[in-house]
Amino acid sequence: MIAHSIFFYMFSLIAIISAIMVTVSRNTVHSVFFLILDFISISCLFIMIGAEFLGMIMLIVYVGAVAVLFLFVVMMLNVAQQKNKWLESSSGYSHVPTGMIISLVIFFELIIVIGGWKYKPDLVSITSINVDQSTTNTHSIGNILYTDYIHIFQLSGMILLVAMVGAIVLTFNKRSGVKKQSYIKQISREKTEGVSLVDVKNNEGVKIDN
Amino acid sequence: MFDYINILFVETYKILFLLIPILVAVAMIVWLDRRVWAFVQKRRGPNVVGPFGLLQSLADALKYVFKEIIIPASSNKVIFILAPIVTMTLALIAWAVIPFSENLVLSNINVGILYLFAVSSLGVYGIIMGGWASNSKYPFLGSIRSAAQMVSYEVSIGVIIINVLLCVGSLNLSDIVLAQKNIWFVIPLFPMFVIFFISALAETNRPPFDLPEAEAELVAGYQTEYSGMMYAMFWLGEYANILLMCAMGSILFLGGWLSPIETYPFNLIPSPAWLILKILFLFILFALVKAIVPRYRYDQLMRLGWKIFLPLSLTWVVLTASYLYFFNLLPVN
Repeated sequence: MIAHSIFFYMFSLIAIISAIMVTVSRNTVHSVFFLILDFISISCLFIMIGAEFLGMIMLIVYVGAVAVLFLFVVMMLNVAQQKNKWLESSSGYSHVPTGMIISLVIFFELIIVIGGWKYKPDLVSITSINVDQSTTNTHSIGNILYTDYIHIFQLSGMILLVAMVGAIVLTFNKRSGVKKQSYIKQISREKTEGVSLVDVKNNEGVKIDN
Repeated sequence: MFDYINILFVETYKILFLLIPILVAVAMIVWLDRRVWAFVQKRRGPNVVGPFGLLQSLADALKYVFKEIIIPASSNKVIFILAPIVTMTLALIAWAVIPFSENLVLSNINVGILYLFAVSSLGVYGIIMGGWASNSKYPFLGSIRSAAQMVSYEVSIGVIIINVLLCVGSLNLSDIVLAQKNIWFVIPLFPMFVIFFISALAETNRPPFDLPEAEAELVAGYQTEYSGMMYAMFWLGEYANILLMCAMGSILFLGGWLSPIETYPFNLIPSPAWLILKILFLFILFALVKAIVPRYRYDQLMRLGWKIFLPLSLTWVVLTASYLYFFNLLPVN
């Protein structure tokens, strides 16, 4: 168990330090890299408690796709050059109350969850969810997700789809007068409409563009 | 305490036993790539150093070792140095789950295919980091291109993997291979194999999808500012990734370590040899494509990924699932 706890403390330390570095680092691109490090160490923690499916999905979805798009946007918007000034600015404190309220809410939620777990251990016991311990956790997640919670699962998928379609509709503007290639037109073009044979008389040439 | 040290030594020994052949194989595969390329174009290719030019890659590597590493003054130094290390590491750690035979595998984990997919999707970071940290226009453009390209083609690779998993019923790579005992998945899922192959070309930035390093437009893309051993690490990582994609293709579709016919002359050949032969076969296809096909335009590349491959592979998921459901072939346990 010694090796196990060494790895646990190592990963949690990396996770906490990189989470702090996300907020305090001056360069926004560095912040995103620290966020990625945070995601990776959290997925390592997931794997350590035996939730290998969650850990891998975390890597694929958050690190492999979401964080790449994050980095993409941060780099494209060129915010890396404008330094993160709010730490040293004295005038703009308007964001502080909002931040305090959000962190207080999260803090109390954590107290409720951890306190409840401490004083009522059966509150989150595994038996209430009825997980079969003999199968792999991919199987058990599938068994729960696609039977008991299928409607919620489908609903969340629909919400994501609506959000995606909405984002596309909002940002799509159809410009007129833009020349575009039509693949069907290109493929269905035939010799008869593209090429014509012309008999050219001597010293007269051919008139094109008519 | 002794137990830990013992485990540490045994595991290190196993890892070295896996990694050193892979590094040698990567060097050899570079030579093979250049030979095939030359063969198609009726040139000789590297044939001077060693027998058939086999030691050409080693000579190249030696040259890179003795070259000076130049770090641009305006670059972001930590990330600039980290980028080739990330590429190389990610290309090598994925080999931990590749099964070379029934029990010859470093770690036989339950979610092997997800691990492979995760590692291959992390590969984009080496390129983005390298491009951004160089603090120069061409590397940056190259890395932005490659970020979009790799994320797009990952989606279709993921959907293709779902197709295979529907037929197997397990995420374990050994189970995936053993499920192909009767018939390799390349036969029932042939269109998916073709799409997987093309997506793998795009995922590893191989021609005709090598837009991140398009010489004509971007000099060498994200590698422009790199020199010496750092460049060589990018280069080795890229080829290790290509080998990995070939291994993934042969495990998912070509039956991994299984021999094509289980009869007398064929079952004498050890199973790792079959996997290596299949990887080589796929790699030679990769090399031929590089020599034959001209480079895609960027918008065509995106169109191919999102408008053709994604709908096609999604439809195929529905088809496979319905077929397995109606003929009661679902692998339920």
